[in-house]
Amino acid sequence: MFLRVAWLVLRKDLTIEVRSREVLYTTAFFAVSCVLVFAFALVKEGQPLEDAAAGILWIAIAFAGTLALGRTFERERQTETLRALMMAPVSRPAIYVGKLLGVVTLLAVVEVVLVPLVALLFNLRLSSAPLLMLGLLAAGTVGFAAVGTLFAAMLVKARSRDVLLPVLLYPITIPVIIAGVRGTVALVDPAADVALAQMWLSILLFFDVVFVTLSLWTFEPLMTE
Amino acid sequence: MIVDFDRIELEEVSRHFGRRRALSRVSFTLDAGQVLGLLGPNGAGKSTLLAIMATLLAPSSGTVRYGARVAAEAGPELRGRLGLLAHDLHLYPELTARENLRFFARLYGSPEPEADVDAALAQAGLAGRADEAVTGFSRGMRQRLALERALIHQPRLLLLDEPFTGLDDASMAALIERLKGLRELGRLVVLATHDLDVAERLVDRVVVLKDGRLVADEASPAELRQRYRAYVG
Repeated sequence: MFLRVAWLVLRKDLTIEVRSREVLYTTAFFAVSCVLVFAFALVKEGQPLEDAAAGILWIAIAFAGTLALGRTFERERQTETLRALMMAPVSRPAIYVGKLLGVVTLLAVVEVVLVPLVALLFNLRLSSAPLLMLGLLAAGTVGFAAVGTLFAAMLVKARSRDVLLPVLLYPITIPVIIAGVRGTVALVDPAADVALAQMWLSILLFFDVVFVTLSLWTFEPLMTE
Repeated sequence: MIVDFDRIELEEVSRHFGRRRALSRVSFTLDAGQVLGLLGPNGAGKSTLLAIMATLLAPSSGTVRYGARVAAEAGPELRGRLGLLAHDLHLYPELTARENLRFFARLYGSPEPEADVDAALAQAGLAGRADEAVTGFSRGMRQRLALERALIHQPRLLLLDEPFTGLDDASMAALIERLKGLRELGRLVVLATHDLDVAERLVDRVVVLKDGRLVADEASPAELRQRYRAYVG
């Protein structure tokens, strides 16, 4: 039942996004623009600043994620459909999981464009441990989106939600961004340190478990009030 | 757990937002087969009261009983017996009429969602436009679709917040007939409205709110206009 509801919400969100492509286009253009600007600033004569690429990749993911979260819930706010979801006789955490998976899917599509672009502009070596890199990206995205989905849903009714979302989101997700950056640096370094990257991945997975558990626990009371 | 009820009872329900008092000690009951008119000027607390009855908002004090249970005891199953049509219509404009109804039918756990969707489309008079996106619909069409969306799980209690806004005379008459039909089926209907003409034609009882307080609870809506002015000033 829980998974069926999450799947219904996810499929609904993806159907809407496929029809409008509103969030995907704005998020992808923003992320690509962000990376291009950094590339112009930090790449001199074909040589990028050392370790800058990992930071830029995760900053672009975080900024694009914030934009996607805001737009996704703005859509529910405009038509008050979040209230209709809350009225359904289903587990509210299942609705949260459906929304979270929608945001993660959207960010995954953006990352499909973003990661090769950063690799191209900043001479990143992605081939040393591609599965580990995939794991870092997946775990970091889930951690960031887990907190972001909870806050974006909470702030749907707040007048200053566009200001409050990043103000609340970034301080709490800083550990995720740092773990993502350090893990990526460990992997893309010429002397790749797989063990170090695995340690950062473990930390990211720990954050994911904590953030998702706390969000599932608090979603229902927060949304009722 | 099967949750059903023939009566809803509000006892001294209050709601505060910070220091602002939205509702103050509101009490009334509503029985099956009745349409209750919830009247009052803007800011009287009608929408807050509907949100509390819909379990979307917890009262600061007081209780709402659905039959013998309060919302906290009944859990999510209670929400399966409630339907809400708010001023915003709770429809996804990018989805078609059929997709909107199908999504909510499945969310409410309908055993035969496609049959329920077809019946709802026929009832809304939208069977011929079922596969068009809602964004291209007129206000009246959206309103009819939204009402069927709120009714797709056959709720016991239907809460309506200004459902006649933007409707032409024909759509308004059709909606009134639909609500009278629900009354015949023994549903409980709460209708928040400014429209005293509609209230006189439809409701069985009237509750008037002003500044969050209940100022009248009357069995007869006849010649309501005169008394309403006296109540709200």
